[in-house]
Amino acid sequence: MSLYRDITHNSLWKQNPIVVQVLGLCPTLAVTTTFTNAFSLGLATAFVMAMSNGAVSALRAFIPYEIRIPVFILVIAALTTMVDLAFNAWLHDLYLVLGIFIPLIVTNCIVLARVEAFAAKNAVVASTLDGAMMGLGLTAVISVLGAARELIGQGTLFSGLEMLVPGTHALQILPADYPGFLIGILPPGAFILLGLMIAARNWLDHRASQRQLTQRNQPAAA
Amino acid sequence: MSDPVPPTDQELSVTPPPPDSVARISVRTAVILLIYTVSFTALMAVTYFATKPAIEASVQNEKLRLIGEVLPQDTYDNRLLDDAITLPPLPALGLETATKVYRARRGGQAVALVLEAAAPDGYSGRVGLLLAVAPDGRLLAQRVTEHKETPGLGDYIDPKKDKNKQSPWITQFDGAGVDAARGGNWKVKKDGGRFDARAGATISARAVTNASGRALLWTTEHQAALFALPSGRKYEEK
Repeated sequence: MSLYRDITHNSLWKQNPIVVQVLGLCPTLAVTTTFTNAFSLGLATAFVMAMSNGAVSALRAFIPYEIRIPVFILVIAALTTMVDLAFNAWLHDLYLVLGIFIPLIVTNCIVLARVEAFAAKNAVVASTLDGAMMGLGLTAVISVLGAARELIGQGTLFSGLEMLVPGTHALQILPADYPGFLIGILPPGAFILLGLMIAARNWLDHRASQRQLTQRNQPAAA
Repeated sequence: MSDPVPPTDQELSVTPPPPDSVARISVRTAVILLIYTVSFTALMAVTYFATKPAIEASVQNEKLRLIGEVLPQDTYDNRLLDDAITLPPLPALGLETATKVYRARRGGQAVALVLEAAAPDGYSGRVGLLLAVAPDGRLLAQRVTEHKETPGLGDYIDPKKDKNKQSPWITQFDGAGVDAARGGNWKVKKDGGRFDARAGATISARAVTNASGRALLWTTEHQAALFALPSGRKYEEK
């Protein structure tokens, strides 16, 4: 049980793919213009990661070491293609928005990294969990990034959510005559906000370890 | 069961089994890779066929929905997607590939031509347009189908991104007559024409305005020939 808890904690916080490993920045910066875009691409990536980790783990005894990378890529590409087709068929509006970034999940190095570093050596359940949690760690970060950029850039939240959940509509957070702040939408805004998020995570981590240290030292000092 | 006998010198000197030859390893690896390729390709094929009807339906719907934005569905009664002719790449429309013209009719009477056009000179490249042109030379409506204009700045040419939801910028073209295009009035106000453009983002508006003016002139001039051609045929410019 504690193994699974470790995997979860590791994926979501300690080794978060975006703010700690800083892997797969291309989609991270490109699709985080709104919460909806970021969240849905995050979930699609998480799905591919869980599935590819599970598949590689199940097949790991039958994958010769020398050709493991081509096989991994093949597995990931096949799964991504299936996700791409599924988006096209059932979430067509979103498919039009995310466009090229769904196929590009293949090239997101975090996917291959988890397959190589974890799934190739661990059991199926643990590997699937690792893939899913790493994917959710990524989703959480880019969703926050997307929400922040959307708020700064156009003063709304959840615009385009009706493509995922029919009947919902965007929330106008800032006054409707908010002119929009372009840097939120353009790439530099993504870099700056991501930098702030990495700093915030490091600060929280630092504070937690400081607290642990003082707690450990207190009885000795008393 | 006796205790394992320590290996004697003789046993140790037995030659180890010959390592697999390079050829054997290569063939084995290739076969394994082939098996993976075939099985995952099969998986993709299954998904492809499972999603095919839904994808075709959504592409069809997408097309009808887009056409519906420039031409309401209750204004015509023919099967619009089937009543189409092919246009060659025409510079007058700004197109570099062959496209289709859909011909809307009501009770056999010509109602409108729905066609694509493009502005090559948007702020960040090509702006795709869809126009509905009435036989009397009015531009019934136009929509931007694709663009890469700056988000929040030039993208108001797309009514979905336009902050003015009451009367989006693109709707000022609704019902505009070809006379304006003939008289040289089909320009943004900054260029001495009649159409508004947002301050600070004139380039996107100018691109759309000029392209639609050119397309309207061309379509009006050729509309009789376009309506007369049997469905499915290719239009040839004389």
